[in-house]
Amino acid sequence: MKDLGARGADPGVSLMSMVVQHDVIIVGGGGAGLRAAIAIAEQDPNLSVAAVSKVYPMRSHTVAAEGGAAAVIKPNDSIEDHIYDTISGSDWLADQDAVELFVNEAPREMIQLEHWGCPWSREADGSVAVRPFGGMKIERTWYAADKTGFHMLHALFQTTLKYDNIVRYDEHFVTKLLVDDGRCCGAAALELRSGRMRAILGKSVIVCTGGCGRIFPFTTNGAIKNGDGMAMAYRAGAALKDMEFLQYHPTGLPGTGILITEASRGEGGIMVNKHGDRYLQDYDLGKPLDINDPNHPQKRTMELGPRDKLSQCFVKEMQKGNTIETKYGHVVYLDLRHLGEKKIDKKIPFVRELATNYAGVDPVHEPIPVRPVLHYVMGGIDTDINGATSIAGLFAAGECACVSLNGANRLGSNSLTELLVFGARAGSAAAHFSADHPQINTAALEAQAKDEQQRIDREFISKSGGRQRIVDIRVEMHHAMEDGAGIFRDEKLLTRTRDKLAELQQRYRDLGLDDHTLSYNTELIAALELGFMLDVAETIAHSALKRTESRGSHQRLDHPNRDDKSFLKHSLATFRKDGPPAIGYKDVTITKWPPGARTYGADSGLTAAATQRT
Amino acid sequence: MAEANITLEVFRYHPDSPDGDRGPRFQSYDVPYHDDWVVLDALNWVKDNADGSLTYRWSCRMGVCGSCGMMVNGEPKLTCAAFLKDYYPGSIRIEPLTNFPVERDLVVVMDDFMAKLKSVKPYIIRDDVNDTGDGEYRQTPAELAQYKQFSMCINCMLCYAACPVMGSEPEFVGPAALALAHRYNRDTRDRGSRERLEKMMEHEAVWGCTFVGECTEVCPKNVDPAGAIQQAKTDAAKEYFKSFFMPKGGR
Repeated sequence: MKDLGARGADPGVSLMSMVVQHDVIIVGGGGAGLRAAIAIAEQDPNLSVAAVSKVYPMRSHTVAAEGGAAAVIKPNDSIEDHIYDTISGSDWLADQDAVELFVNEAPREMIQLEHWGCPWSREADGSVAVRPFGGMKIERTWYAADKTGFHMLHALFQTTLKYDNIVRYDEHFVTKLLVDDGRCCGAAALELRSGRMRAILGKSVIVCTGGCGRIFPFTTNGAIKNGDGMAMAYRAGAALKDMEFLQYHPTGLPGTGILITEASRGEGGIMVNKHGDRYLQDYDLGKPLDINDPNHPQKRTMELGPRDKLSQCFVKEMQKGNTIETKYGHVVYLDLRHLGEKKIDKKIPFVRELATNYAGVDPVHEPIPVRPVLHYVMGGIDTDINGATSIAGLFAAGECACVSLNGANRLGSNSLTELLVFGARAGSAAAHFSADHPQINTAALEAQAKDEQQRIDREFISKSGGRQRIVDIRVEMHHAMEDGAGIFRDEKLLTRTRDKLAELQQRYRDLGLDDHTLSYNTELIAALELGFMLDVAETIAHSALKRTESRGSHQRLDHPNRDDKSFLKHSLATFRKDGPPAIGYKDVTITKWPPGARTYGADSGLTAAATQRT
Repeated sequence: MAEANITLEVFRYHPDSPDGDRGPRFQSYDVPYHDDWVVLDALNWVKDNADGSLTYRWSCRMGVCGSCGMMVNGEPKLTCAAFLKDYYPGSIRIEPLTNFPVERDLVVVMDDFMAKLKSVKPYIIRDDVNDTGDGEYRQTPAELAQYKQFSMCINCMLCYAACPVMGSEPEFVGPAALALAHRYNRDTRDRGSRERLEKMMEHEAVWGCTFVGECTEVCPKNVDPAGAIQQAKTDAAKEYFKSFFMPKGGR
């Protein structure tokens, strides 16, 4: 017989006893949140850190990152080159002060993680190994075979176990940020086990909840990536910046959307269409070298072009009839056979495991069918280079934030490094803020948490008669986003998506649940996540509709050119209580790298870089 | 072609429910059969379309987050990697991982594992910490290979469900946590094996393992916890005797 640990809600526990206080509250236990927690713990051992996560930290989606993390470490590389690759990759939408700072701090952060035990792959002399990624002039991606995110996350998580002043609230689902008198001082969190609301109060809050890929039907993102923190910060009054910029990764497995890492191309894999042609050469990405040429793969060329362009090429190939139709839609092939079994097993063993298990294809012997898949959101909570938002005491870092480092298209392997650099910075800044602002209005915050508990009870748990099912709204949202806000967009499609989302928002109010109990109610969590996703989806649709230009990952068929005169700007979506988001703009920070033509192919990046550096 | 179905027999238990529904009991669901679906897909179908109250954990559905371990026809499996086609046309019995208390339905209580993980100090321990400005610690590929396999643990806890010692001696630290302790002991950057020794020498630690090897059999990531524990026994014995000669010695 099973050992049944009866752990239902104890009716004797009052709300008052569910109030806890710490100095800094971190919402989200992925790479950024854990890095922030360690930064605070090291900076001031007297500060108490609450690490709140809706899953156990090692389940966070950082775990799924495969290919690697970029930082300048080798003598043939330079800070200048990493900056240029990042800025040109962003189609000049990244803030250049943020990029410069990031690139300069990246090596130290990566070495720090090495000191904390991350098992980086090594050269024969014991130094860390690097590999090339798309859009890079020089190879600079550190990697741990092809489970880099997994190893980084576990190294960070295990390191947090050292610190007694990091208090974890695992499986606590934050539903609302508590803002009193314009300052964020905590979070209302449902303890999954009991279903009760816990008011977790603190002098500052860092949101590190990751991206929102689950708004789309076909994504590399895990089930937990629902834009929770973005939506909560947005509802609290912070702007969501550049939400129209979403990255499609060019190589996902059909059906599941499981990621096949860019490292497979960095190691020499090629993309071919149904005729066996390396079709990327037809789209201004340079000319292919033979797979046996010692210079293959060439940096910033062909298969090592940037993700946005490669995904766009796929759609154009499909329109030409050059793709292969499968039951999960059209595909092209990623061919790794020429790498050989030994190299595949050594450098990208997880690719072999995933392709074999989930596509029934052993890449040693057959090409892998792939298609573009929603992977990453460049936009997010508007922050400065310290992770500070427009709300006092509220900070953000990682994929949920927009510093902006990634602009209109993120350079592959910058995101893992980003969560270290900006996780640490946000942690440090929040720690200082907490020390400088020790007073909080506990009573007012507790009252807010109580109101939030009552809202959830009223709108979900005790509510009867709701006619809408979660799955229907979710599936219709998926279709609306894919149809209107996918790789190519236009006014008509986006308008339809915008209107559909407004309809879904209305229907969401009529949601009905099967489960009206408290303890471990995952249907309630799914309902709350759906509400977050709808809000974030609206910011995407409205921001995309208003940006009448094409830049990076935002491609408007009705406005095919980049328009620096009108749109060298970040969009800012702000919440309005009864209506869609308001969209405003602010200037991009340009320091030393004036906007130039974004070119790829042999030598293009080099010559462009040379001419831009004036 | 008529649509085929497959039957899931799912363990249900819910402490919050009115007495009649509390369980434990098994509930049957007929789910559309697809040859490329995994058990997790079938559970998601049930939750979306048949019963929103069915409770389980999942996230990445690519075998790396470690959330979705359950007993599938009596064997501990990641349900994102257990294909319906390997059971069809038979029915599939799905239960929470054995050797753990049940929170609700297929969700088990993790507290004990989390405490055991922390108890083995799974992080780099050393006093002479280099400045990050001085570059990385050198570690050759051969040195990396000494522990790399043991660093692949995703904490899915299938090994705890498979381990016969866990069933009879719940205090046993268990395969995953011991393998991780050994992973750090074998890392050339670490100086903590002496600090971990006391824990490792406890009766409930490495010496608790009777080397049945079920953990290694079920590990979805080929970590080989049984092998790690055998190596750790030897290492711990050496370290133990060394501690008499070099009370504060390093490596």
